[in-house]
Amino acid sequence: MTDSKYFTTTKKGEIFELKAELNSDKKEKKKEAVKKVIASMTVGKDVSALFPDVVNCMQTDNLELKKLVYLYLMNYAKSQPDMAIMAVNTFVKDCEDPNPLIRALAVRTMGCIRVDKITEYLCEPLRKCLKDEDPYVRKTAAVCVAKLHDINAQLVEDQGFLDTLKDLISDSNPMIAESHPSSNLLDLNPQSINKLLTALNECTEWGQIFILDCLANYTPKDDREAQSICERVTPRLSHANSAVVLSAVKVLMKFMEMLSKDLDYYGTLLKKLAPPLVTLLSAEPELQYVALRNINLIVQKRPEVLKHEMKVFFVKYNDPIYLEKLDIMIRLASQANIAQVLAELKEYATEVDVDFVRKAVRAIGRCAIKVEQSAERCVSTLLDLIQTKVNYVVQEAIVVIKDIFRKYPNKYESVIATLCENLDSLDEPEARAAMIWIVGEYAERIDNADELLESFLEGFHDESAQVQLQLLTAIVKLFLKKPTETQELVQQDSDNPDLRDRGYIYWRLLSTDPVAAKEVVLAEKPLISEETDLIEPTLLDELICCIGTLASVYHKPPSAFVEGGRGVVHKSLPPRTASSESTESPETAPAGAPPGEQLDTVPTQGDLLGDLLNLDLGPPVSGPPLATSAVQMGAVDLLGGGLDSLIGAPSFVAPPAAAVPANLGAPMGSGLSDLFDLTSGVGTLSGSYVAPKAVWLPAMKAKGLEISGTFTRQAGSISMDLQLTNKALQVMTDFAIQFNRNSFGLAPAAPLQVHAPLSPTQTVEISLPLSTAGTTWGPPCFQVAVKNNIDVFYFSTLYPLHILFVEDGKMDRQMFLATWKDIPNENEAQFQIRDCPLNAGRAPEPCACPCCPVPCPQP
Amino acid sequence: MIGGLFIYNHKGEVLISRVYRDDIGRNAVDAFRVNVIHARQQVRSPVTNIARTSFFHVKRSNIWLAAVTKQNVNAAMVFEFLYKMCDVMAAYFGKISEENIKNNFVLIYELLDEILDFGYPQNSETGALKTFITQQGIKSQHQTKEEQSQITSQVTGQIGWRREGIKYRRNELFLDVLESVNLLMSPQGQVLSAHVSGRVVMKSYLSGMPECKFGMNDKIVIEKQGKGTADETSKSGKQSIAIDDCTFHQCVRLSKFDSERSISFIPPDGEFELMRYRTTKDIILPFRVIPLVREVGRTKLEVKVVIKSNFKPSLLAQKIEVRIPTPLNTSGVQVICMKGKAKYKASENAIVWKIKRMAGMKESQISAEIELLPTNDKKKWARPPISMNFEVRQRRGLEQCVLGKTLEILPVNLCTYHLADDETETPERSDFNSQTHFFPCRLPPRN
Repeated sequence: MTDSKYFTTTKKGEIFELKAELNSDKKEKKKEAVKKVIASMTVGKDVSALFPDVVNCMQTDNLELKKLVYLYLMNYAKSQPDMAIMAVNTFVKDCEDPNPLIRALAVRTMGCIRVDKITEYLCEPLRKCLKDEDPYVRKTAAVCVAKLHDINAQLVEDQGFLDTLKDLISDSNPMIAESHPSSNLLDLNPQSINKLLTALNECTEWGQIFILDCLANYTPKDDREAQSICERVTPRLSHANSAVVLSAVKVLMKFMEMLSKDLDYYGTLLKKLAPPLVTLLSAEPELQYVALRNINLIVQKRPEVLKHEMKVFFVKYNDPIYLEKLDIMIRLASQANIAQVLAELKEYATEVDVDFVRKAVRAIGRCAIKVEQSAERCVSTLLDLIQTKVNYVVQEAIVVIKDIFRKYPNKYESVIATLCENLDSLDEPEARAAMIWIVGEYAERIDNADELLESFLEGFHDESAQVQLQLLTAIVKLFLKKPTETQELVQQDSDNPDLRDRGYIYWRLLSTDPVAAKEVVLAEKPLISEETDLIEPTLLDELICCIGTLASVYHKPPSAFVEGGRGVVHKSLPPRTASSESTESPETAPAGAPPGEQLDTVPTQGDLLGDLLNLDLGPPVSGPPLATSAVQMGAVDLLGGGLDSLIGAPSFVAPPAAAVPANLGAPMGSGLSDLFDLTSGVGTLSGSYVAPKAVWLPAMKAKGLEISGTFTRQAGSISMDLQLTNKALQVMTDFAIQFNRNSFGLAPAAPLQVHAPLSPTQTVEISLPLSTAGTTWGPPCFQVAVKNNIDVFYFSTLYPLHILFVEDGKMDRQMFLATWKDIPNENEAQFQIRDCPLNAGRAPEPCACPCCPVPCPQP
Repeated sequence: MIGGLFIYNHKGEVLISRVYRDDIGRNAVDAFRVNVIHARQQVRSPVTNIARTSFFHVKRSNIWLAAVTKQNVNAAMVFEFLYKMCDVMAAYFGKISEENIKNNFVLIYELLDEILDFGYPQNSETGALKTFITQQGIKSQHQTKEEQSQITSQVTGQIGWRREGIKYRRNELFLDVLESVNLLMSPQGQVLSAHVSGRVVMKSYLSGMPECKFGMNDKIVIEKQGKGTADETSKSGKQSIAIDDCTFHQCVRLSKFDSERSISFIPPDGEFELMRYRTTKDIILPFRVIPLVREVGRTKLEVKVVIKSNFKPSLLAQKIEVRIPTPLNTSGVQVICMKGKAKYKASENAIVWKIKRMAGMKESQISAEIELLPTNDKKKWARPPISMNFEVRQRRGLEQCVLGKTLEILPVNLCTYHLADDETETPERSDFNSQTHFFPCRLPPRN
């Protein structure tokens, strides 16, 4: 039989034809017609008009036809709830059919018809099916409870289905006992855990996954219980199904946390973990990808697991590019194996795929930073690569050499000459900026530093902001080092606020106190850390609890990509129990860098080979510096040289516009006041819509500090209204706040003022004025760090766009049209938004760029 | 859990679309097409997040299978499920192609209804499914009550992969050991890393519910036995091997393996992959491949490859195939080989050298002159490794292979296997086949 013909009916009037066929007397014809309907449905045609006719076909003893009709019902019942009722009778009848397959089919389908009215009728048959004599029907009914719970949780409880489910766990038939999805609804206690563990040996591979995932949510009461669970879970590591293996690894990784490290069993367990993880690498490429993302987490949490397995992460010729073996190679690199790693990386750097080669070159740089003993070899390898004169290799190599200079200052300057030879071939901003930084930093050792910089200056306007900023700093450095030879400062005007600001700061510094300028600009820079790319420990712990799941693939907490609160339970590793009075495990030690240190930046984006150093300047922070792990994405400027040190000096707080000397150069001055206009605003409107306060940081996550808040705009100034509640038992003091760089450069305009210590159960309301003077950068999310005497907490939220709109943005119609036309056509992107629920207030309205105060990121 | 499952053809047209959860709408179907199938830049990751919806995809020939979810699902499970789905479809109608999918769309919907309920994977063993999802949907009416309850108890039962009451006149068992020796060798001939990954594929045609046991000369087992009967191990004189890791089909009782290292199971009927194993220690390389590449001017390349068999002269390797990659701008090739036949296959960019059989400790070589078209180096040649494929087939009568009798398999590593059936008749014939893929080395760099 060839059913493909059903896909090709495209003629007009087919609905009527189908209708006729559906009502035909001949069984065969009816079946044909239903098939056609299903085919049209698949392709996306709307065949809901045929609802009554299709439902009429339901009363049949042909199982195939019945299944098709049910399929149709599941798709369209929601759009035709009234007519769906017509089907109920058949369902109820089918639930009593002598054939267990039909009973199961009926109860399964009923659960999928998510119409309230139907659910009422569902309860009775469901109850019967849960006690059916046939295991297959019972199993299907158990899943149906889960479906029902999804539609109407209250109903499930009222009807006592949960109790029936609990009985099912001890069902004689393992398939049902396999806890099933429904067990997510049940509380876990040691007895039910025991039953689940027994069922683990007997159920299907999928059931094993559910059970293991379920176990991972359980917290054993002591280390003994943890160990006994681990013992019963370990055999699963030899399962052919990778998901079973990964879920078992998850349970073990989590429960290991509770075991004492001195225990023999702990060591055995560690040894048992490695081989299955390595075996996962011979699975199909998609699974390898999932496995590698997870291994990346595991080696961060417990590097000892795979420390001897470096070789298996060598990249094979036919590996798909999305496999991230390089990252793991770097993580496992140590003094013992660095020679091998470098030889491999050098080999990769001569491969064909450009992206891959770049990654390999970066990896060499990271090796140098990670393993100090290897730095020299890395540098010589990089020099070899530069000699190949392959353009992108050279550029990438220069970027990483700059990083190496940062880590080991005054050690490898001999290579500068070689670098300078390649000056002309650099065309990527990052490489140019890196080169300029090197020239500026070592100006005194490069004879023709001024000429080199001048050559860059010629095309100043065409450079990207990154290069411009770097060039500015480099020139200042050069000036300070060799005042005699220095030419005039950059007198270029620019519409980039960062660049202007930095120019001003230097200008003022130089004109008021050259000595101070020297101290600031040429200050000794902190060394870059070895592991700038580690995932932040609390996030890592959460991700470890999510091994195997999407969260572990994205390296993001589930809340970042799952909608709504459902299913987003924050997971954390269990604390080590008292019996194992271990010292803090070393990997959790660097939880938060001491305040004021600018190093501990933690990009969560997973692009581990990404920028070690970002050349952008961090925003000038007024107020006490915070632990900079606040900046979770992207690196803080480690390089800019200038402002880093300023941040530490509270005496230098970027003053408001008034402080700017009046006799500034005209172009610059007007530019500046423009800038400040944006924030001071002229608007007289008395504020706009204010969203109700939402809980941003639940007390659970922040050791008792609950923060809720909202954003307001009043009379042209933006503020963040916060409500801090102390739900802990101790007094909280020393509050401070810090934002990550965000799309519109929102930054606190004043420090967070909490006047009195916040005693337990007390709540304070604070309005924190904001400005848009920060660096504009990054994704539209808004990440905030709040510090108090207890710890630093992070949360992220979204600010409504309207708070950024200036009140005087009203534009003449003609002018708007003219401005619109001025935007080149190629910048225009068109798309249709479908099924978009218009949610007043929250949904950002499509904003026409001319009236927006800050340049919008292009969609 | 899985919110929906879509199947597309290479143009991005939907062939199958089944939605399991309310949070997945019809627009998800289009989102995947636009952002992945028709994406301007090739999508490199198999997991894509589009507007808070995650898409998992696998490709089989030019068919895309995509699973969609909005929740934090078990990603490994989703991929395992997609592979399983492919296996099940292949078992029902052969190759996964657009034509076959369209022809069987009703069947596929039936399968999807059964193996995925509310997004939770259910029993997906083909053996069980075939008992009640048949291509003749009417069958169910003719089933007796007993038959029906037998089906349901099998689908939910402990042994979901085998139905009861199978009867064969001849009980047969075939065993294939497929190994690939993965070897990374530097152009200088130094072994960078080597491992053997092996698969034991079993074809069982046995009656009833046979209880099978499979053994291997695993170091741990032999050491354990050695404690009891030291002379026995020395008598057999077999080398034990250290298996780094192995994984098993779900029919194998894992807890028993964990405690006793014994592999016991009731096999599914027909062909299945019993186990996979991996070893890295003491790998004997069955062949040595020595390539020599010389560049003669800009338009000519001379390649010489010597292969040396490195095993006992009494053994015979068969169907040897050596694949020597050639540059993309090859215009013509002349080959001379001492043994076998060699041919340049332009479509595969390789010289394929086939030798019917070769005994141990022998040597053979091929030399080729490759003419190149002058090019402007736009597309550099990726220099893929030379690869090699061969098999060693041993056919033995049953009496030879029952209990402890050792079989020597090239080049590794699994030496013993026993078949012990408790109640059922003994198999009459078993067939042993070992196939080895061998990826020896990277080509030396061109100057």
